[in-house]
This record gives sequence, C-alpha cells and structure tokens, in this order.
Amino acid sequence: MSSQTSPAIELRGTSKVFRSPSGTPHTAVRDLDLTVERGEFVAVVGPTGCGKSTTLTLVSGLEEPTEGEVLVAGEPVRGVGDKLGFVFQRDAVFPWRTVLSNVTAGPRFRGTGKAEAKEQARSWLERVGLAAFEDRYPHQLSGGQLKRVALAMTFVNDPELLLMDEPFSSLDVQTRALMSDELLDLWSGTGASVVFVTHDLEESIALADKVVVMTAGPATVKEIFEIDLPRPRQVESIRLEPRFLEIYREIWASLGEEVRITRERGATDAA
Amino acid sequence: MQPDAAAHGAPQDPGAAQEPAGLRKSGTPPESGSPQKSGTPQKPADPDLARARAQAARNHRLLVNGTRVALLVALLGLWEWLARISVVDPFNFSMPSKIWAQMSNWALNGTPQGPLLQQIWTTLYEALLGWIIGVLAGVVLGIALGRIRFLSDVLGPYVKVLNALPRIVLAPVFLIWFGLGPASKIASAVVLVFFPVFFNAFQGAREVDRNLVANSRILGADDRQITFQVVIPSATSWIFTSLHVSFGFALIGAIVGEYIGATKGIGLLVAASQGTFNAAGVYAAMVILAVVALLAEGLLAFLEKKLFRWRPVDTGGN
Repeated sequence: MSSQTSPAIELRGTSKVFRSPSGTPHTAVRDLDLTVERGEFVAVVGPTGCGKSTTLTLVSGLEEPTEGEVLVAGEPVRGVGDKLGFVFQRDAVFPWRTVLSNVTAGPRFRGTGKAEAKEQARSWLERVGLAAFEDRYPHQLSGGQLKRVALAMTFVNDPELLLMDEPFSSLDVQTRALMSDELLDLWSGTGASVVFVTHDLEESIALADKVVVMTAGPATVKEIFEIDLPRPRQVESIRLEPRFLEIYREIWASLGEEVRITRERGATDAA
Repeated sequence: MQPDAAAHGAPQDPGAAQEPAGLRKSGTPPESGSPQKSGTPQKPADPDLARARAQAARNHRLLVNGTRVALLVALLGLWEWLARISVVDPFNFSMPSKIWAQMSNWALNGTPQGPLLQQIWTTLYEALLGWIIGVLAGVVLGIALGRIRFLSDVLGPYVKVLNALPRIVLAPVFLIWFGLGPASKIASAVVLVFFPVFFNAFQGAREVDRNLVANSRILGADDRQITFQVVIPSATSWIFTSLHVSFGFALIGAIVGEYIGATKGIGLLVAASQGTFNAAGVYAAMVILAVVALLAEGLLAFLEKKLFRWRPVDTGGN
C-alpha cells in the first residue's frame, strides 16, 4: 500500500564519504534531503564536480550511503533495483555487439526470451529512429546515434525511475537540443520519474518540472525551483520565451554564487 | 554521420579490397552523378581518378614485394657465393644449395628418424596440445583471479614467484617425470604458454570498462552474466594479443623438449644433425620450423579477423 503512495525517491540526511587511495576522506554528498514525486521530471544542477553524480549512484544502489537513508518507492535501496534505468555520461554500450543486440541486452539479462527481446528492441529502435541501423556496430555510429542506442537500451526495460547523469554533455549544441526533444517525447506517457543531472542551467529549465540547485561540494540542496512552463515543450523555442528568461535569471542568482565559490576554490587549489 | 559510417564500412574486408573497390567505383557514378549533373564537372572524371589511384596502389605493392624478393635472393646468393669461394667455411656454415638439398633429401627419402612429415606432425602435435592446454588454463585462471579479489590476493605472490623462474629449465625435469614421449614436450610447452596468457587474461579482466559493468548491473545482469557477457568479451582482445606470442612459446617448448631427449620431432632432427656435424641439417630444420610457425600465425590472424568484426578497422600505422 505504502509503495503505491510514497514518493519515487526520498533522500533523508544522506551523506557519502569516499576514501582516496592515500586514505584522506573526501565528502562528496553531505546531509542531503530531497524528494522526487512519481512521474516528476527533476533536474539537478550544480557546479562541476560538486557531487551531483554521486547522488545518482546512491539512488541507483551502485553505491551505499555512509550516513542517512535512501528510499526508492518507499523501500530502502539495497543493491541495484529492477525498476531502474540509468543513462551514463559516457555511452556504456557493448562495442562487440550490434545495435540490435545491445538493445536486447537488458531484457535478455532479465530473462526475457530471445524472440520477444528482439521484438521489444526493434520497436524501441524504431522509436529512436535507428531501425535501419540494427546491424551496425557501435564504432560505426555517430555520437548522437550512440546516445539514441543508450536511450533505447534504457527505455526497453520500461523503467519506473530514470536516472540520467549529464547524458548529453558530450554532444554538439544542435544534436543536444534534438536529443532533449526526443527524450521528452520518449518520456511522455511512460509515467516514469526522472532525475536528470546536468551543469547546464538552460537544459535543466527546458526539460524539468523542478530544478534543484546544489551547493558547491560537498553537495547538499541549496534551493528548489518549480518550473511552470507548459508541456509539451520544444527545447529550442522555449528558451526564447520571456518566462524562460525570468526563471533563468532567478535560478542563476542562486546557482551563480555556488559556481563562483567553486571557481575561487579552484584558483586557491592551483595557487 | 552516415558517410562516416560508410567510410568505416568500406575498408572492412582488406583481403578482397581490390575487386570490390573496382566494382563499387563503377557503381557509384549513376547514383551520385545524377543529382549533381548540372553543378560539378569533375564528377565524370572520378572513375578515371579512382582507377589511377588503384593503379598507383598496385604499383606500390608490386615495388615493395619485388624489392623483398630481390633482397632475399641477393642475401642467399651472397651466402652461396661466399661459401663456394670459401670465404666462409662451407662445412661449419653450410650454404643455401646444401640446405635445399638436405630438405629435399629428407622430404623424398625420409630422415634417419623416419619420414619428414612424421617429424613435423609430432612437433606440431606437441606444440598444439601444449598450447591449447596452456591457453585454457591461462584464460580460466586469469579471468577467475581477475574477477575474484580473494583469489588474486591469496595466489598473487605465488604466481609472481613462478613467473620469475626461468621455466625452460623445467624441460629436463619433465623429461625425467614423463619420459621420452610427447608428454614431456607438451608439459614444457604448457608452462611456457600459461604465463603470458594468464597475465593478459588477468589484466583484461581487471581493465574492463567500469562504466560498462555498472550499466550491465543496471540493465539487470547478475555476477555470472557480467563475467560471461561483459568481462570475457572485453578481455578477448587482451587474450588474443597473448595468443600470437604464446604459440611461438609452445613451439619453443616442444623443440627444446625434443632437443633434450626424444624419439621423434624436428627438435630431434636438430640434435641429430648437430651430433653428426651436419650444419645443413640444423638450418634445414630451422627453415621447416619457420614455415610451420608462419602458417600457424596466419591461421590465428584469420581467426582473429573473424572474431573481431566489431572492432573499428585500423587504417593508420597503429
């Protein structure tokens, strides 16, 4: 019962401390409280290297928190859950498998029959516009096409919770806008909750329902902004609207300060 | 990005490069020529240009191969000539014509130890079996130690000590243990082959892209699936690198084993020729070995090409 009504993700007083090889502790995330509702698209922005990605690995179950709790659908996270999708910054495709075989990997790992897995994979390849490329190997694809493969690999598992770690940061500006639109298109109707980590404020506003601004590392939530722009959205045109610019200015006032802090730290580190 | 992909696809079968390239060139103009009919005048000249390029490439290859043959002939001729005018001592250093005579004599009349093919087959059989056992053991243990931290922590120092040992000295020990038959040669081939394969498999299993493993976990893979569907495929390119070197090692193991004591094999031919001061016999055995090794290498390269279709084709020097 509680799993039906509880939020998609709850982080309660979560901290994560890594030990560097030399033994000095490094706090990546400190005392983090964050709630993501079901079906919500939440973007997390913060200065580079502040610990945004660590937050995602905690939610995914790939890492365990040092302190505090991480709940997914009301249950404490223990190991990698099966309702989960994760799109990485670098494309994690199998270079020795064809495009089709890459997309079937998820269902096959989960015990789906070969024919059925292929059928599911083909339908997702169709949706990301790669139907004609199913026999290609990853090295024969462009950056944008690889991203589409990664998206199809994730969506074919029908995740309830989608974690994205700067997925489009390696793409050029035009491809990035195109992929953002495609992501919104794929996401709409799945009912999945999304946590999208980025350092690009424009991208976060264009995509999300809610933008979470993190502090300079160790990361904790600084401020949360509701984005009231109507859906469906076109990423390229929405950023020209007056309301978008208003929101941008408002959030930047908060984020800019953290970015400055990070920069100054970098300067003193270098000195 | 389509053209990029096509460009990658094109040189994928270098074995048949000449013919398909010619075919494709003649197929291209109707396709790309029609939309650009009005604009570019150099388009019709394209097939000629392509033909000229193919011709130039062929000429270059001909020159390289021709020079190679000339170099070999010159060296052999020099050796033959120096031996005939007795600048080098033909008894100790022999000469190409004598080596050839020795080889054809072995081939036609058989060696003192039996038919030549039987000697070749014996050596090949020992090397091959030793190689297969060594490779299997190396891959299995390498992957196991690479994946299971506890095993590598416990066994690591022992492996290092064994590797530091000059393992060829084990050949006489194996001769005592296993006798004059093939078993002792197979054993020396195994210990020589095992270590390079083991270290490469271990390294390959360790160097698997962490991102890919994390993604596989998210996609739903369990530990066994990660080992078999992620780690082993990732490590195959590492393992294959070691296969090339290690087949040479297997031959060394077999030959040295035969040289020390055997009833058949090319190593025995070397030992017997040496015992009768037959320099030509030693050289002839060397030539036969080289040919065997090259054939095996060619077979391996062929298998590798089949297995690694997914890899980008090397177009440059690397």
